[in-house]
Amino acid sequence: MNHVPANIKSAKTRIVVIGNGMAGMRTVEEILSRAPDKYDITVFGAEPRVNYNRIMLSPLLSGEKDFDEIVINTAEWYTENNIHLYSGDPVIMIDRDRKCVISRSGTKTEYDQLLLATGSDPIIIPIPGHKLDGVVTFRDVDDVDTMLGAAAKGGPAVVIGGGLLGLEAAVGLQSRGMDVTVLHLAGHVMERQLDPSAGYLLAQELERRGITVITEADTAEIVGSENVTGVHLKDGRMIPADLVVMAVGIRPNGRLAADAGIAVERGIVVDDVMTTSDPDIFAVGECVQHRGQCYGLVAPLFEMAKSCADHLAEIETDGYTGSVTSTKLKVTGVDVFSAGDFSGGGETEEIVFRDAGRGVYKRIVLEDGKIKGAVLYGDTSDGAWYFQLMKDGEDVTELRDTLAFGQAFAGGSAGNPLDAVAALPDDAEICGCNGVCKGSIVSAINEKGLTTLDEVKGHTKASASCGSCVGLVENLLAATLGGDYQAATVKPICTCTEHDHDSVRRLIIAKGMKSMPEIMQELEWKSADGCHVCRPALNYYLLAAWPNEYVDHGASRFINERVHANIQKDGTYSVVPRMWGGLTNPRELRAIADVADKFEIPTVKVTGGQRIDLLGVKKEDLPGVWADLNAAGMVSGHAYGKSLRTVKTCVGQEWCRFGTQMSMSMGVELEKMTWGSWMPHKFKMAVSGCPRNCAEATIKDFGLVATDGGWDLHVGGNGGIHVKATELLCKVTTDEEVREYCGAFIQLYREEARYLERTAPWIERVGLKHVQERMVDDEANRKALFERFMISQKNAQKDPWAERASEGVDAHEFKPLSMVAAE
Amino acid sequence: MTDMLNWVNIGPVSTIPQQGARTLQTETDRIAIFRTLDDQVYALLDRCPHKQGPLAQGIVHGHFVTCPLHNMVFSLETGEAQGPDDGCAAKVECQVVDGTVRIGLTELQAGLRHAG
Repeated sequence: MNHVPANIKSAKTRIVVIGNGMAGMRTVEEILSRAPDKYDITVFGAEPRVNYNRIMLSPLLSGEKDFDEIVINTAEWYTENNIHLYSGDPVIMIDRDRKCVISRSGTKTEYDQLLLATGSDPIIIPIPGHKLDGVVTFRDVDDVDTMLGAAAKGGPAVVIGGGLLGLEAAVGLQSRGMDVTVLHLAGHVMERQLDPSAGYLLAQELERRGITVITEADTAEIVGSENVTGVHLKDGRMIPADLVVMAVGIRPNGRLAADAGIAVERGIVVDDVMTTSDPDIFAVGECVQHRGQCYGLVAPLFEMAKSCADHLAEIETDGYTGSVTSTKLKVTGVDVFSAGDFSGGGETEEIVFRDAGRGVYKRIVLEDGKIKGAVLYGDTSDGAWYFQLMKDGEDVTELRDTLAFGQAFAGGSAGNPLDAVAALPDDAEICGCNGVCKGSIVSAINEKGLTTLDEVKGHTKASASCGSCVGLVENLLAATLGGDYQAATVKPICTCTEHDHDSVRRLIIAKGMKSMPEIMQELEWKSADGCHVCRPALNYYLLAAWPNEYVDHGASRFINERVHANIQKDGTYSVVPRMWGGLTNPRELRAIADVADKFEIPTVKVTGGQRIDLLGVKKEDLPGVWADLNAAGMVSGHAYGKSLRTVKTCVGQEWCRFGTQMSMSMGVELEKMTWGSWMPHKFKMAVSGCPRNCAEATIKDFGLVATDGGWDLHVGGNGGIHVKATELLCKVTTDEEVREYCGAFIQLYREEARYLERTAPWIERVGLKHVQERMVDDEANRKALFERFMISQKNAQKDPWAERASEGVDAHEFKPLSMVAAE
Repeated sequence: MTDMLNWVNIGPVSTIPQQGARTLQTETDRIAIFRTLDDQVYALLDRCPHKQGPLAQGIVHGHFVTCPLHNMVFSLETGEAQGPDDGCAAKVECQVVDGTVRIGLTELQAGLRHAG
């Protein structure tokens, strides 16, 4: 047993935190911001990872976020703040007499003060079969991993519980390709947050997305021998399932406290400064019971954290007085909001607004002229406003006539969003996920000189989680900074969408979207069929995401890629046949000369990439030119494409007296492997047979320079306006390695770069280290990348010229219409 | 000019690809005939007013086309350049009658009268 001896007692107060979740770490953050040097802090967490945002598990499941994006505090944060973190090592006992805790690994740690943040446990209904494999809860990252594992195989899934968490799980699993049924005991979904009307609208929307919702469904048994196979309802119905998610609620986790003899009822009993029945022991978050209430939402725990930190830092505080909570469903494209008591009846009055066409429903419950509760479906933009009016207990009698139309109508000046945000009181909550109010954001902007959304995120955490308040935060920045603020955070692909390149790419994969109309529908494109900016990008992203499956959409390609030739300023085209590695022969040269004569091609030029360019070809002649070049064994050189262009070589060891490697044959081999692949932008390669580098490989996207012992692999160079020399990726020795690294690099570029981003700006953006980590250090990932590249090449190496010259593809492109006189 | 237009048939709507275009050569110039996603058919002279780019080769989106040379966007309905750009592509009369596309040519375009 490790033992921290008592005699090396530090001058600081030793505080031990049990629970590395949101409540515990938020309290630690609040303590650090008040009294950074007062405490020596030790944290025990049951999960083997740093602290993350638990309410972001839904987007993690649906694939809209990855783990790194939901991390709240990185390992560096713990180190920088001198916090000892024991992750994956839960505390199993509190010894109040000796004032120490003992963890599962046997570590015994003494405390002066102890903070309990043990959270809550998901409730598991003890029906037969609840221990079968494939029955999970939805509580932590491990649960998500289990669900993703099941979703990868497809098949049916059942979610027991149609509350907030259950529905988010259902939508996530459905977007991952599972066939989902939600079983809910009550008469309508989310009955604790929604009234029957809003519940009905929500269930309809879920059904529209392909999720089956069964209400008043009482589960009798989970069926299966080893693995779950289905769920049996009490009315006799049998629902098949390979995965069962139990999301029926949570229960405060007070076991440790109870074992240690601390007062526990439903939760650990605390007073207004979060002190338990032991004055040296405090508790915050979902594990506590305060004034008879237990909370399962995030906003109250932030308020508890503040009161607790005030008290520990010995700052005068009013203490925590309980929370009025509001709820939002985190499902993309479904806007649901509820707050307060909306049960109606008694002395209450109701204002109801419906717009069936837009699928909007609003219900506001009033008592004594004040808002008592609100349910919004379809349009939740005024949720924060109603919530504020309700919390403040404002008399809304004057506003009553237009209350349902929202703040824009009621406030007069509030029609302008900047005025609206300026009019909010300082304690108005802006970010519900992280419990940040307007006053803290404004003072952070003023005191710390913040000017960008990212800085505000970094300092206050506002908008750092679900992102639904980004607009509000930006408006706050604009209102606070006036003309100094320039919004430049997420750069949408074009005016057709709010999404940027990266989020569209991620969502294509996460939602399994396989066509352009589907993307535009799901991601709420603002134009019917996009524009010349977004369509080529989407076409590429779909090609890259679903190789050998997605059918290229010609009408979404630039003319050069649609007709496989380069348009020139006079509307004629240039034609560049492929010459592997820059090598040619008399037969090919004769055929090129004959074609130039036959079609009266005015200009024949040698290009920088060691090819021959035929310039000034009329569009209608293109199929004829290609047919003749095909006949001589030549194929498209893709000089027009966002694709592999050329592999330039020097004569190498084959001829050169200085050559150390066979650069020509290596160039030919690489070109044969990589030609035909579509990429975010053009891609050029070169192979030099010795360090004299005659093939200029160090200004290419991927360049090889031979050494005595093998090859130096260079990446990320280009000529052009901003000449950029390559950086050394790594050194390899065998030709086999060259092929693998080359294919893996191209695939990484194809998967991660934005459309029309060349390798140089891409590497500048992500860093060479990132590329090296993904494909040099990580052998398994390199091999996986290479394999994906080769799979995508299967159907890519089909000569587009031959298809058009002799197979009649896109014949309409090359033949003008003819006319007959109308009657 | 108040000359009567000379209508010519160029075939069914389906001869023109959706979100695409084809061209028609007349005595005096070339006409670009577009078909949008919602199957509307429009015609413009196949010549961008900026640098004479062949508009028929551009990407068709909504009721607009983007010139392939320098990405100027024109309304197919009016021929007017969109956004910050100035200019107007010449509009050509066009109708669809019983599924057949008809283009209204001037006498010069139809070769019925010669300039000068």
